[in-house]
Amino acid sequence: MKTPTSTLATVPSAESADRGQTWLEVVHGWVITVDHKKLGLMYILYGLVFFVVAGLEATLMRLQLAYPNNTFLSPQVFNQLFTLHGTTMVFLVGMPILFGFANYLVPLMIGARDLAFPRLNAFGFWLSAFGGLLLYFSLIGGMGMTGAGSAPDVGWFAYSPLTAKAFSRGHSTDYWILGILVGGFGSIATAANIVTTILCMRCRGMTLGRMPLLVWLNLVMCGMVLLVISPLTAAQIMLLLDRFLGAHFFDTQAGGSAVLWQHFFWIFGHPEVYVLILPGFAFASEIIPVFSRKAIFGYPVMVGATVAIAFVSFGVWAHHMFTVGMTAVGNTFFAISTMLVGVPTGIKIFNWIGTMWGGKIRLETPMLFCIAFLFQFLIAGLTGIMLAVVPFDWQLSDSYFVVAHFHFVLVGALLFTIFGAVYYWFPKATGRRMSETLGKWHFWIFLIGFHMTFDTMHLPGLLGMPRRIYTYEAGRGWDLLNLICTVGVAFQGVGVMCFVVNLVRSLFKGVPAGPDPWDAWTLEWATSSPPPEYNFAEPPVVRSRRPLWDLKHPTDPDWKYE
Amino acid sequence: MSNPATLATPPPDAPADAAWTPPSKGKVGMVCLILAESAIFIIFVVAYLFYLGRDVSGPKPGEVLELPILNSICLLSSSVTITLAVRALDRGAMQAFFGLWMSTIALGGWFLAGTALEWQTLIVKHGLTIQTNLFGTTFYSLVGLHGCHVIVGLLMLGIVAALTLAGLVRRTHAPRLEVMAWYWHFVDVVWIVVFTVVYVIGR
Repeated sequence: MKTPTSTLATVPSAESADRGQTWLEVVHGWVITVDHKKLGLMYILYGLVFFVVAGLEATLMRLQLAYPNNTFLSPQVFNQLFTLHGTTMVFLVGMPILFGFANYLVPLMIGARDLAFPRLNAFGFWLSAFGGLLLYFSLIGGMGMTGAGSAPDVGWFAYSPLTAKAFSRGHSTDYWILGILVGGFGSIATAANIVTTILCMRCRGMTLGRMPLLVWLNLVMCGMVLLVISPLTAAQIMLLLDRFLGAHFFDTQAGGSAVLWQHFFWIFGHPEVYVLILPGFAFASEIIPVFSRKAIFGYPVMVGATVAIAFVSFGVWAHHMFTVGMTAVGNTFFAISTMLVGVPTGIKIFNWIGTMWGGKIRLETPMLFCIAFLFQFLIAGLTGIMLAVVPFDWQLSDSYFVVAHFHFVLVGALLFTIFGAVYYWFPKATGRRMSETLGKWHFWIFLIGFHMTFDTMHLPGLLGMPRRIYTYEAGRGWDLLNLICTVGVAFQGVGVMCFVVNLVRSLFKGVPAGPDPWDAWTLEWATSSPPPEYNFAEPPVVRSRRPLWDLKHPTDPDWKYE
Repeated sequence: MSNPATLATPPPDAPADAAWTPPSKGKVGMVCLILAESAIFIIFVVAYLFYLGRDVSGPKPGEVLELPILNSICLLSSSVTITLAVRALDRGAMQAFFGLWMSTIALGGWFLAGTALEWQTLIVKHGLTIQTNLFGTTFYSLVGLHGCHVIVGLLMLGIVAALTLAGLVRRTHAPRLEVMAWYWHFVDVVWIVVFTVVYVIGR
């Protein structure tokens, strides 16, 4: 049952406001903006650019590993590539894209006109942006300002003592530290901003129990960022003190501890994974109900499971360090806590399936990505529980099995939901729909490539292939498997190209979307596409979790049942 | 539907909502900052305790550190003066506000000067620098990190003092200055932790 769209959007869209400006004026407008929607789009665009860069770095590594004894890349360059690939994907792709979506969607979904602190928001974005530039500036200035380039080559977790002055000469490691430190300040600022927005800027009637799940998950995610990025910031300040002032935090010669760095890094590093994946859950929790034509199944349990995941995630970090040699009690504690994460996560998977169960499922591109996410995330979770078993981890730590596991999480789950989210909210941000045909091509080609690369990658790991090696001998049983992994990358590349073409083409030639192309229920679809700077002509009033359902079905509103 | 309901004007049969008063943005934002800062300090405190007594060379904390009693009294009492200052502003007593605000700055400044003197003694008399040993590394970084926060606080307090002299601070600004006072209280609470860890447990 469709209602006349005039009840949804009575405000002029933002497109009309930009007409008649010169290019310079448009660029100037974007640089000085404090509007959450423009900053959100800049975050996402910035993340997508670095996504292509880091993807190319991965492609180079896969080319090197396609054949045994390959000499395509030198060992030094290979080290720099995996360091840059990991650092870029986590800090310059994952975090910015997710903050971008939070920036864009949270105020719209809670019926607010902007974030709580718009100027702090711009500050956070530009800090993150310059952090990324600092990291990549090491390619030019890594050896100092003389112009000799050298990218960081210490791995994304930069274990001590590799980062000590004696083993990491020049300034490549300093650029790594500073880039992430500066970006980290930006992340903390933005996270504080989003938490404050969600707690203080909700429209009338938008109680905590009525917030869309995306808002809930972003609240938990940003709360985690506050507690998660800070330990990394502290550890990096210590590392800077070591490198520049001659302090001894991680200097074993003077009694310092290299293991302490590992603890500090993973106290950040493991919850960070949940910081990245929670927004992925958030996208799935919005897309799956709309494309199943049912309200989300078990809303309070979903919220509770999210909080539980966040809570438990702070007590699991040392499962990255089983091979360092801890006490039996330590090993047992971290093994059990890690397996415990599987409980709330399993609840979530069942709830998404419960939402789809008996629904009228529409298999459009956003939904396809979310269904693939469900399957792939399940496998990622299962290999995660395998790795939580300490003896199993002793056997497979630092092998390609681990690489396959976390790429299943970050690509198979997170990237798939991000793709789904882009297809789902692109009409809102631009006023035009993305092409379904190209979207399906993108989905299927990328899906095939993903499984070729990362399903296969488990096997060389089980056969003993260590990660971070730049080449290997022939005849160990790894040759064909590595070649298949590399061929899969080509498919993924073609898939991403379909995506980029689709983005650019739809931006100019897409079918006009109207305010509510998916017949959805959350507030962002109540205003025009793209929304005007002030979002809503009048602040909305909310009486249930699905305000647009109430509006479209005045005889059968949700608030009668909630 | 001739005259459709919109989001802003719901149908008449919808249940009415209770009063809608979301919390103050400034306070929630400041709590977020304090949470993040606490996590940073926790890591530095953990490092301090972890390296305590693991030095391979001297000097040891017990040999060179003295209890900074007067310093601590100054810093902690500045929490009282800033609270009284904000209350005075809330009442509209501008003179009392300015006096209390300036004494907060003076007490904070005294603390900072005391730390500087302590460091001078440690460096010149005892030859303890950040490079000397693990004690030097962890002591200067933890106490220094706290000192940086005192400096930032003093700068903010100084800006407000300048604005007050310019006649720009009014009674309506009291809630905002209260948010700033929260930061100052946080710096004081961190000092209680640092004092306990460095001068009581660590000595």
